[in-house]
Amino acid sequence: MIDVKHLSKSFGDHLVLDDLSEHISPGEKVVVIGPSGSGKSTFLRCLNLLETPSAGTITFDGMEITAPKADIDAIRRQMGMVFQHFNLFPNMTIRKNITLAPVRTGLMKQEEAEAEAEKLLRRVDLLEKADAYPAQLSGGQKQRIAIVRALAMRPKLMLFDEPTSALDPEMVGEVLEVMKELADEGMTMVVVTHEMGFAREVGTRVLFMDGGHILEQNEPHAFFADPKEPRTKEFLSKVL
Amino acid sequence: MEAWLADFVNGFTKAFITGDRWKLYLKGLGTTLEITVIALVIGVVLGVLVAVIRTAHDQQRPGRCSPVLGILNFICKIYTTVIRGTPMMVQLLIWSGVIFATSRNFTMVGALGVGVNSGAYVAEIVRGGLMSVDVGQSEAGRSLGLGYLDTMRFIVIPQAFKNILPALGNEFITLFKDTSLVSAIGGAELIYYAKAVGTKTFDVMYPYIGIACMYLAVVMVLTWLQGKLERRLRQSDRR
Repeated sequence: MIDVKHLSKSFGDHLVLDDLSEHISPGEKVVVIGPSGSGKSTFLRCLNLLETPSAGTITFDGMEITAPKADIDAIRRQMGMVFQHFNLFPNMTIRKNITLAPVRTGLMKQEEAEAEAEKLLRRVDLLEKADAYPAQLSGGQKQRIAIVRALAMRPKLMLFDEPTSALDPEMVGEVLEVMKELADEGMTMVVVTHEMGFAREVGTRVLFMDGGHILEQNEPHAFFADPKEPRTKEFLSKVL
Repeated sequence: MEAWLADFVNGFTKAFITGDRWKLYLKGLGTTLEITVIALVIGVVLGVLVAVIRTAHDQQRPGRCSPVLGILNFICKIYTTVIRGTPMMVQLLIWSGVIFATSRNFTMVGALGVGVNSGAYVAEIVRGGLMSVDVGQSEAGRSLGLGYLDTMRFIVIPQAFKNILPALGNEFITLFKDTSLVSAIGGAELIYYAKAVGTKTFDVMYPYIGIACMYLAVVMVLTWLQGKLERRLRQSDRR
């Protein structure tokens, strides 16, 4: 589904991603972990070109998205993204937050989008908040709405950039629950997170990044039970 | 005291009542407001256009600099530099004496001059406002597949507008008062008629203080409207 070849990214002189290649197949739930500054968020943001790679190619469903002529808006419509700080639009009601993109991009008609929004809101148990503004919601509610907003575009792939890092501890569970359901439905997911429990339970593959490289990867049980690299062992000993 | 009161009544009558002179002030005020509204529209359109071009230019992804945007950005920079670097009086004189030297429509030339002047200031205010909106907002918009212009229109500009409303209100009030300069190029606005009345009655005190009160009253109405609008836009902040 996504094919990354020789991806490099530098900010000025600072090399954040160093010649990284990876393949993600449909239905996979790839969990990316690693210390801060390891490049995991940058890697994720390169996948939908929120960061422009300095070198290398990324192919999504056969389209080379790093090509200069690529229609990046059309490609992004097929990839949902959930941010650490939710990034809901504070000037709109929840309903409008969810329906804006599907309607404006011509994916759905207004009524269709409204119906879809209500269906999605019911699913995350927030239908009664449809006409509230983001400022009236808790962090956990905001993030569930952010997930729903991305899902309203019916994406083929969901990217999560530390979705629970800005939440109060007691709200982490409700967001992970929604992500788990999504995973069970077969959504392809790439998740940057510090939630090792989630990585173990939901992930089909864990990537450990450090210094702009993918140092080690494995299926979660083997990864956590038997890490190979010394750097991985050191990291896991600190976070587990 | 009584003598003073008699003086006042006499002066006031001469300046405003005799020969229905109050109608002149009303006509002048009408022209002043007309200039203000036209200049406001020109200023806002120019300002937003320049601000969006300059922001779009600065926010291009590295390695994808559009040459068209580069040229437009350069023109915008010259525009703001020249306008902000020269007195409005000089600009008005150039508009009426050089560019539209043959035009007799001083009101429109004046409105154009004031509007073009205001645009440069509005542009900087709007640009500041666009930059004040968290970059995560436009990232969220773009990641949903919305284009640059849609993201600007529905997400960034409405939030920026709320942030810049106090500064913008200030600019509009300044613009309204700056229309008084149009009298210098022959525009028949409030000052023009106050001067005319003063010349006729050999007493400028009443006309001048009179129009000062009129300017003040309009500014107070504008300030009140601004406050009302701000409260309305804060709607989404309520918890």
